[in-house]
Amino acid sequence: MRIVVTSPGMLTTIQDLGRAGHGIQGVSRAGAADALALRVGNRLLGNPEGAAALEMTLLGGTFAFPDGARIVLTGARPAAMPVYQRMEMAPGEECRLGAFVAGARCYLCVAGGIDAPLTAGSASTHLPSGLGPAPLRKGDTLRFHGGGAGSGRVPEELTRYETRIRVTRGAQWAQCNEEVFYASEYEVTTDANRMGLRLAGPAAASGQNGQMVTEGVPLGAIQIPSNGQPILLFVDQQTTGGYPKIANVISADLPNVAQLRPRDRVRFQLVSPEEARRALLGQEELIRQI
Amino acid sequence: MFRYASDQALYFDRPPRETDLAALARIDGVVNLHPAYESTLIVFDPLRTTHEAVERAARLAATAEQRPGRHHTIPVFYDGPDLLAVAEHHSMAGERVIELHASAEYSVAFLGFVPGFAYLTGLPAALHTPRRAEPRQVVPAGALGIAGAQTGIYPRTTPGGWQLIGRTPVELFDPAGDPMSLLQPGDRVTFFPA
Repeated sequence: MRIVVTSPGMLTTIQDLGRAGHGIQGVSRAGAADALALRVGNRLLGNPEGAAALEMTLLGGTFAFPDGARIVLTGARPAAMPVYQRMEMAPGEECRLGAFVAGARCYLCVAGGIDAPLTAGSASTHLPSGLGPAPLRKGDTLRFHGGGAGSGRVPEELTRYETRIRVTRGAQWAQCNEEVFYASEYEVTTDANRMGLRLAGPAAASGQNGQMVTEGVPLGAIQIPSNGQPILLFVDQQTTGGYPKIANVISADLPNVAQLRPRDRVRFQLVSPEEARRALLGQEELIRQI
Repeated sequence: MFRYASDQALYFDRPPRETDLAALARIDGVVNLHPAYESTLIVFDPLRTTHEAVERAARLAATAEQRPGRHHTIPVFYDGPDLLAVAEHHSMAGERVIELHASAEYSVAFLGFVPGFAYLTGLPAALHTPRRAEPRQVVPAGALGIAGAQTGIYPRTTPGGWQLIGRTPVELFDPAGDPMSLLQPGDRVTFFPA
């Protein structure tokens, strides 16, 4: 069964849950920026959670289904299409997403998952290395498996996104003026992509650079370069860095980061490692209810 | 010896050259390693294991035997845009910078920053130079740079703040290769003027 790309939208890539295990080569994991939305969409279709799907950014594409399809959209909300609902596309029918009215990344999941070649065990596009398929272009034809039944509903909590982002302390948290950082709003700049999001707001660390020995950087790290403006490292992140890391987004809130748009204003809330773990386990419990 | 990094990662503060990384990678629930100079970031699946369990297993991971590593000889056109700035910083002629840089043998400490970027140690002390005050938005693939006591080649076009003294046509990163990067931790590198 086929998907024909009538228009790719702003940036549309194939994503699954990524390829971990290549950090030693300097290659980060990639995978869906909003892994929660991908997993939920796949579960609604009866697919394996990590089946490959399309990740669209800010402006969705237009896709034709010459052989029909059962699809689900998750994550960001396109103006004219419902999310978190199974939809039957008749043979020849076209799905036109347009600009998103809320959120930054929308996933188009198809029953059976997209059949894309695997590189190092994953179909994900990793933009900084060129691993995986190139971003979609007009006229591309993708294949998918079809089949599968799918059932179930999504708990409402999994469809809501927040601009309050919970973090734990980062490795160099002692360099952070926490009274400033946790009391301030930070604006997402236009320099926000799968590698990282540059934020603008009150300087919360002295940003003494070159003092630190380069070390590995975790997904969701908030680092402070010399200009004092935070950079949040995301799924196509660099694997090491030399800037102080004052905080780290908790796993359960990484989907919230994926849905931030330029000019959104965020606040960070410090939680304990135990709270971070409880939040993740709670989220997993809800996913299992689908 | 261990530091909390995030709810799915911790630092193991032992230099990777003295660590059996393969043994760390085999620990139940561990999904990725980001080695650097003095530590390795261990990333795990928090639904399969915990910081405490990974720490216990990592403590038992044996100290590694030094791998002998391969030796690479890499041709360089020493015509980088910062060659003269580096020479001026050290009050020496550009030719002397080239001579010194091409006379040393370097070791690959680790790969990081971007895919295939090898951090090389062994830069002669006379060439240690701070990063540029203003990083460049675009550093072309193949550019050879200096930052502090380090030297390295940008495998792909990226932003970067290192002082660029030359460039090489050698391909450093091949997504289809196994391994993907030409230079591996423990390898030795020498440069010669092309």
